[in-house]
Amino acid sequence: MANNGKPKLATTSLAGCFGCHMSILDIDDRILKLVELIEFDKSPVDDIKEFTGQCAIGLLEGGCCNEENVEILRKFRRHCDILISLGDCAIMGGIPAMRNNIPLQECYAEAYLNGPSVYNPAGQIPNDPELPLLLNRVYPCHEVVKIDYHLPGCPPPADTIWEALVALLSDKPVDLPYELVKYD
Amino acid sequence: MSENLGAAVREICQACGNNRVRMMDIVRAVQAKFGCVCGEAMDLIAKEVKAHRVEVQSVVSFYSFLSDRPKGKIVIRLCNDVIDQMHGADRVEQAFCEELGIRVGETTADGRITLEHAPCIGMCDQAPAALVNDVVVTQLSADGARELSRELKQHMTPQKLVRTYGDGNNAHELIRAMVHNNLRGPGPIIFGPINRAEALSKALSMSPAEVIRAVKTSRLRGRGGAGFPTGMKWEFTRGAKGERRCVICNADEGEPGTFKDRVILTERPDRVLAGMTIAGYAIGADEGILYLRGEYAYLRPFLEDVLQKRRQDGLLGNNILGKGFDFDIRIQMGAGAYICGEETALISSCEGLRGDPKNRPPFPAQKGYLERPTVVNNVETLCAVTKILEHGPGAFAEHGTSGSSGTKLLSVSGDCSRPGVYEVEFGMSLRDVLRLVGADDAAAVQVGGPSGQMVGPADYDRKIEYDDLATGGSVMVFGPQRNVVEVVDKFLEFFVEESCGYCTPCRVGNVLLKERIEHILAGKGEPTDLEYLQELGETVKTMSRCGLGQTSANPVLTTLKNFRGAYEQLIPGPSNGFQPTFDLAAAVGDAEAVIGRKSEHAHA
Repeated sequence: MANNGKPKLATTSLAGCFGCHMSILDIDDRILKLVELIEFDKSPVDDIKEFTGQCAIGLLEGGCCNEENVEILRKFRRHCDILISLGDCAIMGGIPAMRNNIPLQECYAEAYLNGPSVYNPAGQIPNDPELPLLLNRVYPCHEVVKIDYHLPGCPPPADTIWEALVALLSDKPVDLPYELVKYD
Repeated sequence: MSENLGAAVREICQACGNNRVRMMDIVRAVQAKFGCVCGEAMDLIAKEVKAHRVEVQSVVSFYSFLSDRPKGKIVIRLCNDVIDQMHGADRVEQAFCEELGIRVGETTADGRITLEHAPCIGMCDQAPAALVNDVVVTQLSADGARELSRELKQHMTPQKLVRTYGDGNNAHELIRAMVHNNLRGPGPIIFGPINRAEALSKALSMSPAEVIRAVKTSRLRGRGGAGFPTGMKWEFTRGAKGERRCVICNADEGEPGTFKDRVILTERPDRVLAGMTIAGYAIGADEGILYLRGEYAYLRPFLEDVLQKRRQDGLLGNNILGKGFDFDIRIQMGAGAYICGEETALISSCEGLRGDPKNRPPFPAQKGYLERPTVVNNVETLCAVTKILEHGPGAFAEHGTSGSSGTKLLSVSGDCSRPGVYEVEFGMSLRDVLRLVGADDAAAVQVGGPSGQMVGPADYDRKIEYDDLATGGSVMVFGPQRNVVEVVDKFLEFFVEESCGYCTPCRVGNVLLKERIEHILAGKGEPTDLEYLQELGETVKTMSRCGLGQTSANPVLTTLKNFRGAYEQLIPGPSNGFQPTFDLAAAVGDAEAVIGRKSEHAHA
């Protein structure tokens, strides 16, 4: 794809529900303005799987629950000038982190052996090398790599994402009115 | 057993007039008798004093000398502040653990001896030290700790551990402690000779307003560290609306490295009690409370005796010196909570509550103890008052500087050849103090305890006075062999432990500060951490609710300013943006064990 000198934007969903990505898409037709400002690089939005070069901004949804999340997050850190934790799971682990007080062994057992809807007569916990190993707990992104900005919300409203991106790309202070950062 | 408990609790509550304000005395007595305040005891106390059980429980859970689970008949509290550690507290601790066969926090299998840590017990000049129940043992060594444990197991009588008594009143038959005063530089004001009645009789011959004016003229300021003008505080309290007023003497000397009040209470208790009585007269109070920290319980029988003698001699009680003024003093024991040195927390504690600080306003001068206008003064301040009355405010103000009149007691400890208590004129430079105490090679000095500031050699010409190096008296000296960042870590450990938990900046902020300092000490720091510490430290300082949180970041902030090099030395350099504290191999360890294969990512 041609670069046209535009800065690149990468996004990913780690241990998230894709809700934050839905919220990105929720900027509606402003996405046309967005692609005038930036070019999407590695992202589920355009389905580019690997970085094509250095990006200006990386948007991170979800925290890290397994080793693959860590690898991707570190790749983002290497390839992006600015990383933004987008939404509560990236910022503090969120719903997935509810397992953090339960020993990992019990989590595996509940999921694959003892859960009420589990049918697993062989009593095996899946062990394909393709399946990433879980971490002992779910980590917020900033505990794994350095994060430059945090946009809270579950998900952050589309307007919040839009305002933050535009401010960042036009090198102006972000102006987030109260309605965009209140959550009750 | 439970009938015994019932009868004993009833008796204890009755002795305190079934008054819930006396909750501290009640739960302390139950703890002393039964080794804990169990749930059943809490129910019984609540019934007797007509309180809810949760009110009893909240007190028991707050103070470190109280517990709801049984402790041993003897509790050894080993002081683990930074000074004691510098003098080998770790080796002493190991010896105790080995000899008793338990770890810190545990009780021997026979339920007889418990070993615990205590933050500063006010013996830094004779460290390492420990409390064995109420008995103080000082200058411990590993061998000494072994011997002490063996002896204790045989006779189970802490007092028998004291073989030789300390100097002065430490050998008094009601104290009998091995504590030494180490009074190296007695000065003209606090430790001058005393006539028990002179100051009081002069005060009572004046009007209360004249007494206040004399104190104001002397320009006396509070000696606890904050330095509020004493006369003004008295005037506010006298002018506040209220039927009864109260004087509280803050003898909860908890700032690590401070032990001057211990020496005053041992050698000049009459001065303190006379000062309280004069304050009571000046503000129109009928009641005084001496709040004595739990660690100094060994002084209590002696102080009660001094009080009794003053009553007999007409210096306390009804119609003092025949002048028609009624005023009496009771001793309120603390139970091991640093925060109770903060005046509003101290008032809560006197009221039989958790030592939570209160919101201000109203200030204690308006609504303090039981909503009465209350003056809270430091032990040393009240001593100075007697001197002002004896020799006049002019003579007093001749000492010191214009902004800081009089003298200041310093409690000096750490890397110096003559630790102890010094009474110095305000305005003395830190350099002169260091020369006096034998610390010519001091690399860093913590002035004012952990809540004060860490000063480096470039600032040794700064002066001990309110407008420069203000201090409640703690001076900790660190030689060139010490790592100031480790010292900061120890101070933060103290604040994390002592934070009451009420407000978030203090409860959480101190933990985060400590966490980042630990990372730096582990070699996992980054240059940006210093910025983070600065920002977080300022947040904790400005956003906390009481003096504890407002000062707890000071060790971090002052060392960032004065000892930046010490931090930079520990920081390896800019990173690749990965958090050095995140260890993937460790994080997948559990999963590797469950699944039975090694992570390719982690071990690549």
